[in-house]
Amino acid sequence: MSELWRPAAEWELQSMIAKLVREKRGIEVVGHGALRNTGRVAKSDVVLTTSGLKGITLYEPTELVMSARAGTPLYEIEAVLAARGQMLAFEPVDLGPATGAPGGALSIGGVFATNFSGSRRISAGSARDNLLGVRAINGRAELFKSGGRVMKNVTGIDVARGLTGSWGTLAIMTEVTFKVAPIPQTTQTLAFTGLPDDLAIEALNVAMNTPLEVSGAVHVPRNCAVRLRTPKFKGIDQSLTLLRLETFSAAIDERKAKLKAALKVYGKPIELDSEESFGLWSEFRSLSIMPFSTDTSLWRISTLPTKAAEIVLAIQKFMPSVAFYDWSGGMIWLEVPAAADAGAADVRRAVAVRGGHATLIRAEPEVRSNVDVFEPLKPEIERLTRGIKSAFDPSGLFNRGRMYANF
Amino acid sequence: MPHIELPEPDAGVIRRLPILIEGLKARVGKDLLILDEEGRRAYETDAFTSYRRVPMLVVLPRTTDEVSKILKFCHENDVKVIPRGAGTSLCGGSLPTEDSIVLCVSKMNRVIEIDYTNRIARVEAGITNLQITAQVSKAGFFYAPDPSSQLACSLAGNIAMNSGGAHCLKYGVTTHNVLGVKMVLIDGTITEIGGSSLERNGYDLLSYVIGSEGQLGVITEATVKLVPSPEGARPMMIGFRSPEAAGSCVSAIIAAGIIPVAIEYMDHAAIEVCEAFAGAGYPLDVEALLIVEVEGSESEIGILLGRVAEIAARFDPKTVKISADPDQSARIWAGRKAAFGAIGRISDYLCMDGTIPLAQLPHALTRISQLCAEHDLKVANIFHAGDGNLHPLILYDANSPEEAERAEIVGEAILRLCVELGGCLTGEHGVGIEKRELMSTQFSDTDLMVQMRIKSVFDPTWRLNQAKVFPLAITHVMRAGNAASTPEAA
Repeated sequence: MSELWRPAAEWELQSMIAKLVREKRGIEVVGHGALRNTGRVAKSDVVLTTSGLKGITLYEPTELVMSARAGTPLYEIEAVLAARGQMLAFEPVDLGPATGAPGGALSIGGVFATNFSGSRRISAGSARDNLLGVRAINGRAELFKSGGRVMKNVTGIDVARGLTGSWGTLAIMTEVTFKVAPIPQTTQTLAFTGLPDDLAIEALNVAMNTPLEVSGAVHVPRNCAVRLRTPKFKGIDQSLTLLRLETFSAAIDERKAKLKAALKVYGKPIELDSEESFGLWSEFRSLSIMPFSTDTSLWRISTLPTKAAEIVLAIQKFMPSVAFYDWSGGMIWLEVPAAADAGAADVRRAVAVRGGHATLIRAEPEVRSNVDVFEPLKPEIERLTRGIKSAFDPSGLFNRGRMYANF
Repeated sequence: MPHIELPEPDAGVIRRLPILIEGLKARVGKDLLILDEEGRRAYETDAFTSYRRVPMLVVLPRTTDEVSKILKFCHENDVKVIPRGAGTSLCGGSLPTEDSIVLCVSKMNRVIEIDYTNRIARVEAGITNLQITAQVSKAGFFYAPDPSSQLACSLAGNIAMNSGGAHCLKYGVTTHNVLGVKMVLIDGTITEIGGSSLERNGYDLLSYVIGSEGQLGVITEATVKLVPSPEGARPMMIGFRSPEAAGSCVSAIIAAGIIPVAIEYMDHAAIEVCEAFAGAGYPLDVEALLIVEVEGSESEIGILLGRVAEIAARFDPKTVKISADPDQSARIWAGRKAAFGAIGRISDYLCMDGTIPLAQLPHALTRISQLCAEHDLKVANIFHAGDGNLHPLILYDANSPEEAERAEIVGEAILRLCVELGGCLTGEHGVGIEKRELMSTQFSDTDLMVQMRIKSVFDPTWRLNQAKVFPLAITHVMRAGNAASTPEAA
């Protein structure tokens, strides 16, 4: 069991890191632990948590900007935003419940360290897209900042966005500044039923290619739709193809009518009002339709929408699986039977020939240590990746082995 | 304003020029090279014209393979390279040096593949910004970032500078609209960074590349997002009695939860010049003008513009005028987009590009007027008000060195003001040579070191686009060309 260090302030974190760097001790970086069952298991002597670095440090609702210390729980941030009618537009995904870690434990630092964005990413961009600036400490115990609090900023190399998706392997963020957005006045969902995967994805992309600003485009195949808790879909025994419209109240009916007209050939949709929609789309954010189980592993596959159904079909030739498609097909969440390699060989082969990459989200720790969790890198990209790692953390102390086995 | 220091050219490299020419001819053929002085002179500057240096050689490759061969050759022969797109940089981002080779990708301008279903296009990086939209507009799509120079500027340059534009309030800037690039490193390695799907694999290397101002590699291809064109769009013009009222109105619009596609600001000086140029119907009797554009269906546009007008009414506007027809809309935008050129016809100017937090807008405008008045200079303010990106144009006479120097002093003071107010030095034009030395006002040495180490990962010997972005003094060791040197050594 590693020691647990919990600094209460940025300066304290910096001095702790300085000490650990001097002693060349490996550091596992965590927030409140929401992500500990995901990724590879870091090799470390000390667990360093940012959970003591809490609090919103700047919130300007009229400028749509907020700053918070990295350990601030996401739910706290969302509560403060909601009180002013605002939100994080990119709908951060909380992996906790789906991976057997506590729910609601995700920190805002973890949101940007993983860059896992939810359904609205297709219209509002990712966590990375909404990040404006960071303060962080690297593996040389240097405190640095990048970006700022303004929307447009091209001053120097964009280190802040470059830290997103690096899983704490480059630097420990101490404070993040990000865009927020007004909560739309009205939300409505159209649900088309019974479409096979390929046709459903075609429908989602027809919708995305209209100027109607669809803000969610998800397809839930039949074997996954049965898991939905939304009352309207209780006992449903067919696939659901879901499109979300969000706008001001006076415009919603017109948009809905236009979207229905554009998708006429796909059938007559079930309609969900604001409240029903809110419940439904939160099921994707919390991944409650991919509940934790030791009998299955969970993959997350990024690809082109037009390749998504093919990839799932190819994998299903080798193993039974349950999938749902987000981002109009550009993101596949895929549950497969637990196995020694979590199905990695078949999943990666199916993705490789069609383009994209796959990340293993849920599997037993030994499985996550033995197979590549992140898609292996091409040699020239691996060279740059190692170079970046060593530029930030030359001794390789931060989250060693968390993303890749050797660094 | 010739006080920006440029490093002394390396006479040794210039002496080797004949050998270098032979070497390049052998690798890519003589047709790609521009050797004569007149030809090279066309590349001596960019849109930051106060500085000019004729490069020793210009190369115009047509393929990624050729770019790779050229860079490998330069790497092996210790030659510096200035990557160039269309040469429209406003900060000297593609200014050559006498001992460098300009590698210009403008001949690589093909569309490789358009995929409407997945809403992406793969293009060569020398294509102009507007050409991408031109190729896809019939199908109902466009490429979103729209810098004012979009008719001429290249995508390569947009990626290098992370360009924005008037409509980025809604659609984001280049970094939000590019999914992947093909980039050649200085040693000739061809890399694919990012891809064509939304999510990236591994570290987000593309974030370092976009906005890196040619410091990391030469971009030859890119995969960009295509956005469905809106059903309609219409601007309205709101004239105010004071700049402060206009500034407050911008904050109030955003605070009301309305995010227009664009909110542009012009002051009286700018309005007069642009009206004379474009005949857009701008009101001439106001101190400040906002152009607010919204998108959507006819009825949505009507509702949104109505709400904007209601908010504006709280600030006692002198005129509120909704564009009557597409022709007037086009003229309203033509006037705005031609603003820099129109002002350039009446005076030399320095164009600033700082960004400030929105709430500081009225204060910043007041301070800018004061600073200019204190130095006896006129200023025209034109900028993207919705995101706080200021473009004060400081008017001066380039024939008077003394006035030019005063203009530069005011420019620097304005940029320092932006940083003090919580903003930054540059919102969309980039650092280049122009703001290189001011980087230390926004960043600590450590902040800059963190950035410079990233440069060193991609370009270990610092041969690409030297003497830009980072203050000259702190990059001395790396620029000296010692392959083993790292930023720590500085």
